[in-house]
Amino acid sequence: MAKRDSSLLTAPISRRTFAKVATAAAAAAVTPFNIGRAQGGPLKIGVLLPRSGVQAGLGQSCQRGADIAPAVLKEMGYSFPVELLNADTESSVDVARSRAEKLINEGAHVLTGAFDSGQSAAIAQVAEQKGVPYVINIAAAPQITEQGYQYVFRNFPTSVHLITHGLRLFNDLFDATGVKPKTAVLMHINDTFGQANKKAIDAFMPKMNLPFKIVETISYDPAARDLSVEVSKAKATQAEILMVVTRLNDSILLVREMVKQRWEPMGILSPGSPGMYYEQFYTTLGKYSDYCVTNIPWFNPKAELTPLVTAQFKKQFPGVRVDTYLFDVGFTFEAILIAADAYARAKSSDGKELAAALRTTHIKKRVMIGEPIQFDAKGQNNTNGAACLQNRDGRPVVVLPKEVAEMPPVFPMPGWAARA
Amino acid sequence: MPLELIANVALGGVLTGLVYGLMALGLSVIYGVVRVVNFAHGEMMTLAMYAAVLLFSQWRIDPLVALLPVAGVMFLAGYALQSVVINPFVSRPEHSQFLLLIAVAIILLNGVLVAFGPDARNALVGYGFDSIALGPVLLDKVRVFAAAAALAGAAALFAFFRFARVGKAIRACADNQLGARVVGLNVKRLYALTFGIGSACVGAAGCMLVLLVDVTPSLGPSLTLLGFVIVIVGGLGSMAGALLGGVLIGLSEALSGLVFSPSAKSMFSFALLVLVLLLRPQGLLGRRA
Repeated sequence: MAKRDSSLLTAPISRRTFAKVATAAAAAAVTPFNIGRAQGGPLKIGVLLPRSGVQAGLGQSCQRGADIAPAVLKEMGYSFPVELLNADTESSVDVARSRAEKLINEGAHVLTGAFDSGQSAAIAQVAEQKGVPYVINIAAAPQITEQGYQYVFRNFPTSVHLITHGLRLFNDLFDATGVKPKTAVLMHINDTFGQANKKAIDAFMPKMNLPFKIVETISYDPAARDLSVEVSKAKATQAEILMVVTRLNDSILLVREMVKQRWEPMGILSPGSPGMYYEQFYTTLGKYSDYCVTNIPWFNPKAELTPLVTAQFKKQFPGVRVDTYLFDVGFTFEAILIAADAYARAKSSDGKELAAALRTTHIKKRVMIGEPIQFDAKGQNNTNGAACLQNRDGRPVVVLPKEVAEMPPVFPMPGWAARA
Repeated sequence: MPLELIANVALGGVLTGLVYGLMALGLSVIYGVVRVVNFAHGEMMTLAMYAAVLLFSQWRIDPLVALLPVAGVMFLAGYALQSVVINPFVSRPEHSQFLLLIAVAIILLNGVLVAFGPDARNALVGYGFDSIALGPVLLDKVRVFAAAAALAGAAALFAFFRFARVGKAIRACADNQLGARVVGLNVKRLYALTFGIGSACVGAAGCMLVLLVDVTPSLGPSLTLLGFVIVIVGGLGSMAGALLGGVLIGLSEALSGLVFSPSAKSMFSFALLVLVLLLRPQGLLGRRA
C-alpha cells in the first residue's frame, strides 16, 4: 500500500475549521444574487446621468434633482439615510451600460437615470440581468417598458403619451388665440428619442383633428455642429409653423440659424421635447428665445411638495435659476422619492423585495402635474399630465391649461426684427 | 428645388469649407515637412477655440481680433512641443508617433474638460445673428468674415513659404532633408518652426471656427477626423490641396444634406474620401510617392 501524503486534503478536519468553511460557503451562495446585502442601512441609489458629452447641460440639470433629494426626503420624514452613487454616462450608450454594472458592483440597491432613451434602454438590460430595480427619471421611448422586464419602472410618459398630450394642447393653443395654421414642417433629432416621437406623431396626428398638415419632415443629428442646411430646407417649404423635437444645443443652433436666415414662421412649437425652456437657451438667444412653445409634463406650482423642493434647490444652488430646471429636477427627484418610498415599505434592500414594493407604489404627494404615481403591469406610470409653456421675458411661463396658466398665450409670435 | 435655396446652401458650404481648409492646412504643413501626422490636431484646435471664448467672455475681445495673439501662443506651444516632446520620435516607427500624439490629444481633451467643464461654449458677437442679403441669397455675416480671415491666413502662409527666406529653407527641408543638412540648415530648428507654424494655423482656424460652432471638450476627435479627411482628399503635404479639400468637403456636406438627407451629411464626405482613395490615392493635388 502506498504511503499516504499528509497534505491539507487528507488532514483530519476540526469542528472549528468545518464551521468556518460552512459559514463561508453559505455567504458565497447568497451574495452573488444580492440577497445577502445589508438591511436597515442607508438606501444606496446609483444615479446614472450624462454629465459630459453632448447632453451635459441636461444631465447636470437632472443631477441637481438628485443632489437635493436626500435633504428633501429627510424633511418629508424618511428616517433612513439616502446615499447617492453618481456616475457619468458621458452621453454614450456603451458607457451607460458599463457604469450601471460598476454601480451595482459598488453596492447600489436601486438605479435611476438616465435622461436619454438609448442609455436608459442599455441600463434597463443590465438592471434586469442583475436583479436590481431601475427607476427611470426621464426617457420616452415606448419599447423600454415593453420588454417584459420585472425590475424596470418608469415615471415618465412614453413618446406616445408625450405626443398625444402635446398635440392636444396645440389645439387648445389655437382655440385660445383664434389662429389656425394650415401647414407645418417637422424638424426632429434622429436619435432614439427623436425617432420615437416622430413615430408617435405619424401615428396620432391623423386622430387629433389638428388644423395643419406636415408638408415636410427633416431629421438631423443632435450632435450636429451646424444646422444651416436643415433650416434652409425647412424655410423653403414656406410652412406656417415649425414643429420641433429637439434637445438643448441643437435647439439653440436652430433658432440662431432661423434668425440669420430671416425665417419667421407663425410659431416654433414642440409637442414634447427638451431644450427651449433651459437657462442656456435664454442666455444664448436673449430676446430671440421668447414665444417658443413647448408642451411638456411640468412641475405643479401648487403642489404641497413644490415649496420644499424649490427651497432646498435655492439653498444648495444659490444664484442658479430654479424655474428653468424644474422639469429635470422634478422628475429626477420623483425617481428617488419612488425608490425611497419602496425601500420604506419593503424594509429591505433585496432586489426582489424592492421590485415587489415598487409594483405597489401609490404616491400622492408629488411635484409634477398629474395623478398619484403608480405603475401598471409593465412598470409604466401613466398618470403624468402636461402643460403648454411659452417663453416670455426669458423664462418659461405656463399659458395652458387655463386653470394653472400664469398668462395668456401669444400666437402668432412677433418677427425677429420686431423684437429689437 | 428653388435656385436660391441651392445657391444659399452651396455658398454657405464653400464659406465653411474655407475655414475647414485653414484648419487642415496646419496638418498638411506639419506632415509635409516633419513627416509626423499630428493626431492631436483637433484637440489643439479645441484649445484655441476655448482661448478665443475666454478672451471674449472676460474682455469682450472679438475672436477675429484675438486671432493674432491666440495664433502666436499656439505657435510657441507648437514649437515647444516639437522641440521637447516630438523631436525624439521623428525617426522612430510610425506607431510610436501615433501613440505619443494620441496621448497628447487625451491630455489636452481632459485638460479642457477639467478647466472649462462639459457645457457647450460660444462667443456671441454682436453681429452673430446678422446676415448680408445679395439679391435672393442670404449670407451669414459671421461665415463671411470667418472665410475672409481664412483666405487671408492661407494667403499669408503661401507668401511665407514662397518668398520668405525661412519659408524657402523649410521647403528645402521638406524636399530633401539630407541636402538641407549638407548646405548647413538647422533641420531640428526648422522642424520646430514648422510645427509652430502649423499650430498657429490651427490657432487661427480655431478663432474663426468658434464663430460658427459651439465648442465642447469632445469636439476635438471629430475635428481631427475631419482634418484627416480633408488632407487625404486634397493631398497630404499639399497646401493648396488642403484648401481645395476643405472647400470640397464643406460643399459636399452642404449639398448632400440638401439633396438627400441632413442626417447623411457625413456619409457623403466619407464617400468622397473613398472615391479619391480609389481613383487618385495621392489626393487631388498631392504628388505620387
